[in-house]
Amino acid sequence: MCLDVIITLLKIAIVFGFVLNVAAILSWAERKQSAVMQDRIGANRADVLGFRIFGLFHPIADTIKMLTKEDWVPPAGDAFIHTLAPFLALFTALVVFAVIPFGDTLHIAGRDIPLQIADLNVGILFIVAFGGLGFYSVVLAGWSSENKYSLLGSIRAAAQLISYELALGLSIVGVVMAYGSIELDDIVRGQGQYVLGVIPYWGIVAQPLGFILFFTAAMAETKRVPFDLPESESEIIGYFTEYSGMKFGAFWMGEFIEVISVAGVVTALYFGGWQIPFLSNQGIFIPGLFTIPLPHLLVVLLQVSAFGLKVLFFCWFMLLVRWTLPRFRYDQLMAFGWKFMVPLALVNIVVTGLIKYVF
Amino acid sequence: MKIVGHNLTTKESFYFFEIAKGLWITSRHFIYNMYFHIAHLLGKYPEVPAAVTVQYPEEKVPLSRRWRGRHRINARPDGSPRCVACMLCETVCPVQCIHIVAGEHPDPAIEKYPVSFEIDVTRCCWCGMCEEACPVDALYMDTGKSPEPGFSREDLLYRKEQLVKEMPLPGCQRSLNAPGQGPMEANPLGL
Ligand code: SF4
Ligand code: SF4
Repeated sequence: MCLDVIITLLKIAIVFGFVLNVAAILSWAERKQSAVMQDRIGANRADVLGFRIFGLFHPIADTIKMLTKEDWVPPAGDAFIHTLAPFLALFTALVVFAVIPFGDTLHIAGRDIPLQIADLNVGILFIVAFGGLGFYSVVLAGWSSENKYSLLGSIRAAAQLISYELALGLSIVGVVMAYGSIELDDIVRGQGQYVLGVIPYWGIVAQPLGFILFFTAAMAETKRVPFDLPESESEIIGYFTEYSGMKFGAFWMGEFIEVISVAGVVTALYFGGWQIPFLSNQGIFIPGLFTIPLPHLLVVLLQVSAFGLKVLFFCWFMLLVRWTLPRFRYDQLMAFGWKFMVPLALVNIVVTGLIKYVF
Repeated sequence: MKIVGHNLTTKESFYFFEIAKGLWITSRHFIYNMYFHIAHLLGKYPEVPAAVTVQYPEEKVPLSRRWRGRHRINARPDGSPRCVACMLCETVCPVQCIHIVAGEHPDPAIEKYPVSFEIDVTRCCWCGMCEEACPVDALYMDTGKSPEPGFSREDLLYRKEQLVKEMPLPGCQRSLNAPGQGPMEANPLGL
């Protein structure tokens, strides 16, 4: 019993340690990657004792700056809710990782340890539900600021999030139909099969259209360019205008954590989670030809790092998209969501159903 | 006004291919620049730049001879400012950041001198009109320096005593008289 608690705490420490550190590094990567893409150099000035290590001290410098800045609550606003909103933003983004499996079951010293913090049997619904709870942070932030522009920003955000949540949910239905389960663990295991014996049956193979829809909708959920109307730092006033110091920092970090969460969900649903093609519990195998046995621990280690690498790849890809595309206009955003994404997601479900019925 | 519209072609209206094209452009820049960044770290191809950035305080681009930098006041051979407090610069300044208090000069040929002369660089827009307006070869912006940051507004108020000590950037001097020396006659008005 005691050992179970320790193991769970250890898993939480590992997963959240990974997520929070990657979130901090993403704030650095975003600056550097955008700089390299635009033929610039990017933030490189923060130094400790003359060492700059490519600007890697900037996340630390940012944190110190945010923590020491004045924390201002608008006098007319609601102080409690104003404080609650950024925590909610962080929490809802972070908690999604609790149900994402990051490795196969680990057999060690006669114990079976599933490498997943909470094996909930409602897996996907949990993710969608907490993605939905994320609205509250936005709406509460705008409302409690007692600033009409913040309120307008949060209304824009709510409208956008609700529209895209629909497409998001509908595109997940395709995956659920393809693998016949809403437990993430089962879905990832289902992706270990092979089509025609050689092509790994990953979500992207089973649901190519579903993947594009899900990824687009999920990017809209992260509220980043090209879907950054809720905040639009360059001109329209966004929902966290009245935030300063670390509360602003919480929104800022929450956004990066959301990016990682989306990368994690996309990996688990569409890119095989921890699966590596042609690597099973027995070792490397080429179907019908040969098998190279590998020790269990090594296999699990490889799979966990494969999951990590896939997540990092999608983080990188989302930064790439963020620094490539311009922002949608608001009417285009709504039209795109309702007239394009939702019908396509419905078509995707029907086609998936037909294919399931025929085969 | 003529609005030039562009109707999306069928292929463009799918967004997907256009997005892929855009991603390829940015990725191409990323890969190219990353390749040279890494090559520079390994000491290869130092002549091919990986970024257009000039690391400013350490590296500087050469200034044009007409570049307008921080102000200075030319000095007479005795070290006093050449300014005769005619107020032309104060009048012409579009943001009214020059403040001069005039006093009577003991030399009747000179008539007036600035008792105090302040330029508030927090407001200066570096238009150079004061330099053009000055009739007596006194006010110049050829120091080649940028304004330095300060911790108070007081730090960013440049006074006569400081301005008269500034020197022109060698090669960029625009005044007829070198500061602090040279024949008085070279002054356009003989002052
Ligand atoms: S440069 Fe222009 S703004 Fe600045 S002091 Fe001279 S006249 Fe005024
Ligand atoms: S225009 Fe020249 S002489 Fe006249 S007040 Fe200004 S600096 Fe002095």
